[in-house]
This record gives sequence, C-alpha cells and structure tokens, in this order.
Amino acid sequence: MAYDKFTVLRSTAVPMPIENVDTDQIIPARFLKATERKGFGDNLFRDWRYNNDDTPKSDFVLNNPTYSGKILVGGKNFGSGSSREHAAWAIYDYGFRCVVSSFFADIFRGNALNIGILPVQVSSEFLEKIFAAIEADPNTELEVNLPEQTITLLATGESESFNINGYKKNNLINGYDDIDYLLSMKNEIEAFADTRPF
Amino acid sequence: MSTPTTLFDKVWDAHVVRHVEDGPDVLFIDRHFIHEVTSPVAFLGLEGRQAPVMFSGRTFATADHNTPTLNQHLPVADPLSANQLAALERNAAKYNISHWGLGHIKNGIVHVVGPENGITLPGMTIVCGDSHTSTHGAFGAIAFGIGTSEVEMVLATQCIMQPKPKKMRISVNGTIGKGVLPKDVILYIISQISASGATGYFVEYAGDVFRNMSMEGRMTVCNMSIEMGARGGMIAPDQTTLNYLNGRDLAPKGEQWDKLVPYWESLKTDEGATFDVDLTYDAANIEPQITYGTNPGMGTGVTRQIPQAEAVKDGAASYKKSLQYMGFSENESMIGKPVDFVFLGSCTNGRIEDFRAFASIVKGRQKADNVTAWLVPGSHIVEKQIKDEGILDVLTQAGFQLRQPGCSACLAMNEDKIPAGKYAVSTSNRNFEGRQGPGARTLLASPLVAAAAAVTGVVTDPRQLI
Repeated sequence: MAYDKFTVLRSTAVPMPIENVDTDQIIPARFLKATERKGFGDNLFRDWRYNNDDTPKSDFVLNNPTYSGKILVGGKNFGSGSSREHAAWAIYDYGFRCVVSSFFADIFRGNALNIGILPVQVSSEFLEKIFAAIEADPNTELEVNLPEQTITLLATGESESFNINGYKKNNLINGYDDIDYLLSMKNEIEAFADTRPF
Repeated sequence: MSTPTTLFDKVWDAHVVRHVEDGPDVLFIDRHFIHEVTSPVAFLGLEGRQAPVMFSGRTFATADHNTPTLNQHLPVADPLSANQLAALERNAAKYNISHWGLGHIKNGIVHVVGPENGITLPGMTIVCGDSHTSTHGAFGAIAFGIGTSEVEMVLATQCIMQPKPKKMRISVNGTIGKGVLPKDVILYIISQISASGATGYFVEYAGDVFRNMSMEGRMTVCNMSIEMGARGGMIAPDQTTLNYLNGRDLAPKGEQWDKLVPYWESLKTDEGATFDVDLTYDAANIEPQITYGTNPGMGTGVTRQIPQAEAVKDGAASYKKSLQYMGFSENESMIGKPVDFVFLGSCTNGRIEDFRAFASIVKGRQKADNVTAWLVPGSHIVEKQIKDEGILDVLTQAGFQLRQPGCSACLAMNEDKIPAGKYAVSTSNRNFEGRQGPGARTLLASPLVAAAAAVTGVVTDPRQLI
C-alpha cells in the first residue's frame, strides 16, 4: 500500500511518557477483525482513550485538545508485544508520521518502516528534553529531517542525530517498498530456492 | 581450521540470498505459517500487485486466533470472525495453499500444529504474522514473527529483508527443583533481564537445563523469547529433537531423513564462538514463578512479595501505574491472592505435557467454587491425546471441562474474555493491560501454579500439593 514519502517533517508533538507501550494498548485484539486496512485510527489506544460506554477519557492525551501533531513521543520500549502491523496502521491512520522514543521493540520498528512511519530513536536524555519542552509549551515544534538524520527542538535549536540504514532511508524518501526490490531479484531467489534441502 | 561459529550464524548465513549494502539481508524463508487475522490484507496487497504466490507449497494456513472454543461444528456466530475465517479459506484455495481450517482434524494453534505435524525442522527459517513464531526455535530453526507487509513479501517472493540481529546466549545450568516447569525457567529469565532486555538480539538457550528438557518444554521457553524483546530464541537440535520429529506426518522419511541427519547434527555452536552478550543462571535459584504486573518481566517466585518500585528497572511511574491496574501494592505477598479465572492453554502451554502437569495436581481434588476454568488444548491432536491418556476423566472428576482448540483467552479475540477487574491465573504469555479482555488482570504462571490456583481458589505454591 502506497504511503506518503518522508523527507522533512516539522510538527508539534503528542507526548506519551509511558514505558513499555505494547501493541495490545495501541490496538486491542478485538479490533483486529477487519479484512481490509481501513479505519484503524478510530481504535488507536482504544482502552486508554475511551471508557467502556465509549465516552472519551478526558485525562488521556489524545483527548486533550492542548496536544496535537504528526509526531508521537513515547517512553522506552515502545511497541513491544504482538507483531500486529495493525498497531502501525492505527498510528498512521490517526495521522502520525513519526514516533520518537529512546527504545523501540524490533517488530514494531520494522512494521513502522514498512508502512511509512519513521521511528526515531533518541537518547534518554534527549527524550526527557523533548517531554520537558512539550510540557513547557505544547505548541513547541520538532523538526525531523530524514535526509540529514537529525531531530531538532526548534525553540532551542537543540538537536540529535539518529540511525537508519541507507536502504530503508532511501525507501522512505522515495515511497518504495521491499516487495518491489525483492520482485526485481526473482530469478536469483528461484535459483536460491533450488539449493534448499527442504 | 574454520572460525568457530554460533548455531544462529550457521542457520542465518545459509539463508542469505543477498546482502544489501548499508541495508538488511535478503533472507530466504523455508516455511511460512499464516492465520486468519494477519493475512487478509497481505492477500489484498498481492491482488493489487497482480503478483502470484511464488512457492505455495512453503506456506501453511491454519485458523486459530479468532475461532470459538465451544460448538465449533456450528456456524461462527460473530460475523466479523466468520468473515476472516472465510477470507483465509478463499485465499488459501485461490493460491493453492494448504489450509487446516476450523473443524479440520489437524486444526489448532499454528505454533502447536507446525511442530506436531513435522512441518517445523532444524535448520529452517520460519516466519508467521505472529510474534510467538519464536516457538519453532526449539527445533534449532530461526523462527520469528513478522508484520502483514512481510507476510505479503513472503507470499510474493519467499524472502524478507531483515537486518541481522545481535547474538545473546542464555545458559541455565544445574538441576531444576520439584514443581519447577519450563515456564518457570523462562519467566525467571525474563524477570531477570526485563521485558525489553533482549531487544535487538537473537537468543540461544544453552546449558543442562535445556539439554534435559523435552521438546514441549523447549517450545514453551522459545515461545516466550519475544517477551524479553528478543527477535527469537533457539536451542541446538539433538537426539531429543530428532526423536520427536521422526515419523511425524510431514517430516522427511527414509533416505531423505537419513541424508538430513548429519546436517542437523552439525547445527550447534562451535567451541570458542562468541556472543555479543553471554548470560548464565543457576537452576537452583528458580522456584515456581508468577507475574504481578502488566508486562512479563514483572514476575517473581510465587512465595515472594511484590517488589518495591525502587528495586525494579522500569521507571517508578510506569511501575506504579501497572500495580494500580492490577489492584496490587508493593510488598504484598502473592500467596493467597484471590483468583477468579484459570486459563490453561495457548501456544505457550497448550501441549500434552501441560495437561499432564495440570492433571497431576487436580487429580483427586475438586475445582474451587469461586474459579471459572477454561482448559483449551492447543490442537485436535492434543485434544485426542488428552482423551486417550485418560486425562479427560481426571479433569472431569475434578469438576473441569475441556474446550475445543484455539488461541482463546490468551488474546481474547473470540468470546473467551476475562471480565473487567477479574483475576486470571493464565498459562499464556502476556499480562498486558486488557490482553485477556478489557480490564482483565492476568497472572502468568505454569500449568502447575494454574492447577494449584484452580483447586484452592487463591494463588498457591504448587509444591504444597505435589
């Protein structure tokens, strides 16, 4: 599925200073029953966001009009647990294009990259600075520059670089996906398959 | 002499079709399991590209996540679930993929049916759109969970693109004590290194404790590798592995088997090979475990007290939020905590040994009146074993009923949901908030601890009932 190309993103951010945000919180299993990729944003953080009677929980950050933006900032070990790509779909469908944390779970990181969300891993010190800056001013903006691999707090100019491999970076900037790449090496794969013992 | 190499490197390197410069490896996948929840969108993607399935014989479909565990002969009541099951059946037929749907004699949880039918073999790469695919590492395979984009990738190209993880070895040496099961060993390890302590790594389990463990036990251990963040976990194949596989329906036979044995025997870490992290634990320190919080790293010995926030690696705020959700406080003893539900099953503990262990405690006792128990075999084959071995009679006499196979209350996608606020001692793998139903409170434990809770109605040390 095509996704928005990613180069430089300048946006306010939504703070979620909670550790070990697992994919069951991002999208509970009972909302995984669709056979199409549609509408998952409505159930993003469903049980943190809504009461049992479907009324919004006023103390949850997504229900607080003070905070908005295309960047979600989470505590360490973001996206742990289930491999459900629906978690990344829900985050994308809600409108986020970038998630910042000091630590991502492996499968979530891969899923995010595959659907056009940039996971930006920063030091825990920089993460604290981001949380503090948003708390001081919810309208403060972050700039995530993928070509330069930097994330900057625009108010103070404080910046940190982040890692991403050159292949994935190129994919995100151009909107490519892995399947295009793999289909281009079809003959090589078929020849390899012939060498497998089982 | 060649450089000493780890088991992980031997298997990984044998599957690299191409190294992408400044990028991931293109990894060939020997076996691909699919189920009804994470595959439909992958098939839609395939249709959108008008791409065929490259090797349909390498993919196996089973229905498990969303299936009812009662009255499976009737039409599935939930229209959304029924729709997903129908989509899997349709897609499997369209692309000529083997499909063990609801009601099929081989149906069951994907990570139970793969090994028990000999689809899983040592030295393979195995993926599935499910994080507990790590289970298959018990056979010396590299097995891990993938997202739906990658499911589409494997269908279209039989490959995925993965950066090579770092390597960790976890050795447990010595003899495990009475009443301590493989589940306790892995819960103990996770409690020591935390729910994120192995993120970025692939784990090899080594040492006497795993050497002496049955295949069922090894599967339980490898299954929960993901719960410490590891991409997967594996154990070198040995005679126990080969004895388990030999003669299974889809395992190689005769000459083909004989030819593979020397290769399989070479699949072990060479003396002198190095790991990025090498951890060792003493089996004598492991007692029956139970979790008290909302991630699998929040576990302790069943006779212990809930630790104080200062003593744990997670931030104090997250730790306290977790205890608040559970309705627990620091320093409380776990023994005697009331239990409302007991769940025996899942890809972690839904195999025959788990039912034997559970039965060993409930035999001659009665289910506690305050406990609702859901006992869910991992497959029809396990269900048949339970009946053939007389375990069903033991369970029935003790006041328990057996349900039909599926993932059930482990992730509560079907109607098997623990009600809000209720406590469930569960042999599954995750105690996340709402995992077993909105508001449900999960205490992860072994089948013995679950059985002890089921007959006493409170958290109990199973060693007192053995």
